Amino acid sequence: MLFKPSKIASDFPVLQRKIKGKRIVYLDSTASSLKPQSVIQETVRYYEECPVNIFRGVYTLSEEATEGYENSRGKVAEFIGCPNSAEVVFTRNATESLNLIAQTVGRTLPAHSNIVSTVMEHHANIVPWQVISGEKKIPLRFIDIDNEGRLKLDDLEKKIDKNTAILTFTFISNVLGTINPVKEIIARVKKINKNTVIVIDAAQAVPHLKLSVMDLGCDFLVFSAHKMLGPTGVGVLWGKAELLKKMPPYQTGGEMIREVQLEKTVYNEPPYKFEAGTPDIAGVLGLAKAVEYLENIGMGKIREHEKELTVYALGKLQKLSAIEIYGPKEATERGGVIAFNLKGIHPHDVAQILNNDNICIRSGHHCAMPLHHRLEINSSCRASFYLYNDESDVDALLQGLENTAKFFLRKWC
Amino acid sequence: MDLYRDNILDHFRNPRNYGTLAGSATRVSQNNPSCGDSITINIDLSQKGKIRAVSFTGTGCAVSMASASMLTEFIKGKTSTEVLALQKEDVERLLGLKLTLARIKCALLPLETIHQALHK
Repeated sequence: MLFKPSKIASDFPVLQRKIKGKRIVYLDSTASSLKPQSVIQETVRYYEECPVNIFRGVYTLSEEATEGYENSRGKVAEFIGCPNSAEVVFTRNATESLNLIAQTVGRTLPAHSNIVSTVMEHHANIVPWQVISGEKKIPLRFIDIDNEGRLKLDDLEKKIDKNTAILTFTFISNVLGTINPVKEIIARVKKINKNTVIVIDAAQAVPHLKLSVMDLGCDFLVFSAHKMLGPTGVGVLWGKAELLKKMPPYQTGGEMIREVQLEKTVYNEPPYKFEAGTPDIAGVLGLAKAVEYLENIGMGKIREHEKELTVYALGKLQKLSAIEIYGPKEATERGGVIAFNLKGIHPHDVAQILNNDNICIRSGHHCAMPLHHRLEINSSCRASFYLYNDESDVDALLQGLENTAKFFLRKWC
Repeated sequence: MDLYRDNILDHFRNPRNYGTLAGSATRVSQNNPSCGDSITINIDLSQKGKIRAVSFTGTGCAVSMASASMLTEFIKGKTSTEVLALQKEDVERLLGLKLTLARIKCALLPLETIHQALHK
């Protein structure tokens, strides 16, 4: 199948919309992706055909809903290369998945442990660990980056030691776009401490490239449905079965129990132990449709397409003296996300002018303030690509940047 | 492009009172972490409590910089009581626009910093 972004775009209802008579140029998929008709339709189908609770009823409607929900779990497991679907826990989002790990594994860490993360993390992979570090009075260390926004592997070897209980880091930076060499990092860590639990924030990776949890060799991997064409409100926590079994529950209540007496409770097995209360059933069904959509196109093709677009955009942006770009110079080392600044103009002003032409970019710190401090900037603009974008979107961005510079500074490079 | 009226662009491009003050001026810095605006206000009060000199430095969006430029121009010669009475509506009047939720913090940061300096 030929990769045709314009044909793909026709599957996304919002891209048919016009604002002020102009088309939408969506360059903020790193924040949240758009949703195709099939995903939207699936959530509607749930509410129309079997809008009932799962696991509870023996009637047909409930059985249908339960079957759909569990099939979705299977589909998601397969998508991330996991043979055991009981290792897939549905949460609200990647943030909740990380909090779940912090509040269970983190809380039960022995004294003298330490936790290691990196300076390029999203706040969701910093704050939950700060809480644990503060409560347990154990060190939280951060691996530094080099001038091109790549993790310094020699610094990693300084920060990891025999007491490092958890290493948690992002697969792809949501600002720099850096694709971290996850396998190599894990191999290096395991040489120093084979017991270090490895947590991967794959919120920016699962939507954009083919990965396999078995191949990576991590212990936990988290991501969000809404960044991979799925609905908002659903996240995934993948964890090794033996770890999930040992962990205490995160939240308690219905569905996560086997037996409740007034004095005590026997918890259910994973993944149910971690899914207290009625989940976002429609969202989970929608996520399975999103996975189907991505697989029909092919993750390899999506990655290639985004790489081509990034090469194209970087090539154009790097030629402009008014633009400062952050992150690796080579598109092969990065995902389809480019953070930059237009010198002399605040990112909010850039984004505001781009909005006149419905060009949607992110401006600010992108939930990565420590990284911005490390880069010695207050904020940045960020454009990101997905399967529905093409070169005309990049051209629109460049034209928009030229308009912005001329508007505020009366000049362009 | 209503947000960027000519007067705002003018003050953004040619900020008035930009710089530091020598001597015993009160200096207060504030920032707006959510968007990365930062501003430092320097105020020199006369013995009678009048603003003898005021200046600012900082980085930020056009709205926050224009707001700082206009405010410093506006408050020169006024008493600190008068300046402390200034509110959001006064900033809107100076800027000539109604502030949206997204931009309210940018526009008010200079005024808040001035108030803080006067409380010192």
